[in-house]
Amino acid sequence: MSEIAIRGLTKYFGTNLVLDRVDLDIKAHQVVCLIGASGSGKSTLLRCINRLVEPDAGTITLDGVANDAPQFGRTGLQSKVGIVFQSYNLFPHLTVLANLTLAPCKVRGMPRRDAEARAHEVLARFGMERFARTYPEQLSGGQQQRVAIARAMMTTPDVLLLDEVTAALDPELVGEVLAIIRDLKTRGLTMVIVTHEMGFAQAVADRVCFLSGGRIIEEGPPEAIFTRPLHPTTQGFLARVLEPGQS
Amino acid sequence: MPQAGSGHRLCPPPEGPPPRPRKAGFDWRAAFMPGLISSASIIVVFGTLAWLVTSADQWPRIKAQFFNIDHMIAAAPRVAQGFLTNLQVWLIALACIAVWALVLAVLRSLRGPVFAPFRLMVVLYIDFFRGVPALLLVILFGFGIPALNIPGLPNSGLFWGGVAMVLSYSAYVAEIYRSGIDAVHEGQRAAAKSLGLSEWQTLIYAILPQALRNVLPALMNIVVALQKDVALLSVIGVRDAVREAQIYTATTFNYSSLVVAALLFLLATIPMARIADWVNRRDRARRLQMAG
Repeated sequence: MSEIAIRGLTKYFGTNLVLDRVDLDIKAHQVVCLIGASGSGKSTLLRCINRLVEPDAGTITLDGVANDAPQFGRTGLQSKVGIVFQSYNLFPHLTVLANLTLAPCKVRGMPRRDAEARAHEVLARFGMERFARTYPEQLSGGQQQRVAIARAMMTTPDVLLLDEVTAALDPELVGEVLAIIRDLKTRGLTMVIVTHEMGFAQAVADRVCFLSGGRIIEEGPPEAIFTRPLHPTTQGFLARVLEPGQS
Repeated sequence: MPQAGSGHRLCPPPEGPPPRPRKAGFDWRAAFMPGLISSASIIVVFGTLAWLVTSADQWPRIKAQFFNIDHMIAAAPRVAQGFLTNLQVWLIALACIAVWALVLAVLRSLRGPVFAPFRLMVVLYIDFFRGVPALLLVILFGFGIPALNIPGLPNSGLFWGGVAMVLSYSAYVAEIYRSGIDAVHEGQRAAAKSLGLSEWQTLIYAILPQALRNVLPALMNIVVALQKDVALLSVIGVRDAVREAQIYTATTFNYSSLVVAALLFLLATIPMARIADWVNRRDRARRLQMAG
């Protein structure tokens, strides 16, 4: 259960305004896709939700509690909100199993035995249990990304943030990762997804937000956004993305 | 069915088995030519050098002064005794440098305004100790601090000379560590932070293990270099191999003892260099295997 409310979110990198008073409400169990050109602020918006990026102004609340509120403690937010990155960001010096158990053991003080049992359970869910003892670099991109998702799911978060998780994958490996995300959706996870896979956004999203110049300039159900975009910038972007080489 | 002439067709497999791989036999030329060429060039180069040196007018005198076997044998026990001191100082200094340099590098890589004074202090430290010649530091510490006669502090030149070496080398090693820390991808910090690891935990469990692996070759280089630089302590009277050799020279006016010291250093550093090569090769192989 987690409802996210974003109000007036503003972020500068230096003097560059990357998020300009963004408002966004995400209901529990909803899947929201953020689309838009590079540099439109999608990833920054995503990273503000779990405070990887500290905004300059505005608030983000989870079930009415600000995400920088002291009641989350230092690590409470991280167990409620998981994130998966484009480049996987697995720890290359640790085995798959150790990647999954590091945070539960060191941050939450879970006994190693319990953490490993939980890790095997999560890996099994994503079809990765036989790779528990291997190192990330021995796996394919798709497998690494499945491990990264498993790592983010160790704490059973309510919210999962996905930052272009298929962008670094070979085309034939994209499917296995998207299948997992679809599966997570059916389990009722609230998800915010930054993606360039328009077909996937259309299939999995309850709502699509189009960002441009640090603002959400258009939002709506996927079929509306993709078939009848209202804003000329959205129309131009979708024309370029959906029919590359046409314009 | 595609139209004839459109260029679209199924490609039939070639008939019969594929041709055999080229030449399976042992290639004598490839196996021995490189060795032959390098041996020949070594013989030519060093043969010429040896001829040049030994044909010089003064060679017999130099030979008697520097390469006198009797003097070498006579000096060997004392020089070897001194060399044990070198090895001891080397090992202890290595341990101290590894720890102290890590402290410096970690202080310098801590983020946030709270740590600004620490970062500044480390920058100043490194600027100073890299800027002053190690020889000068050894003299200043080895003669200066014992002369202060501060009660409670050790009074031996060996101790303070060693401290000077540790302080000086740590400045270099801290920079090596730091380059390794900086080379770890930013995404690793983001991942650690998103999992709830504190800055400290991120460093210990995520960043440093990768950083140390990055800089292993550079560190092995330092290990070998320090092995020789311990000889700097001889200038403040520490009776290491070089000092013992000089003492022998002072009483006999024969320099063969210095050649003995040189041989001992070579005996120690060459295996070290091979071990360093081996460690680096193994690490490289492991990474390539991982990437494959």
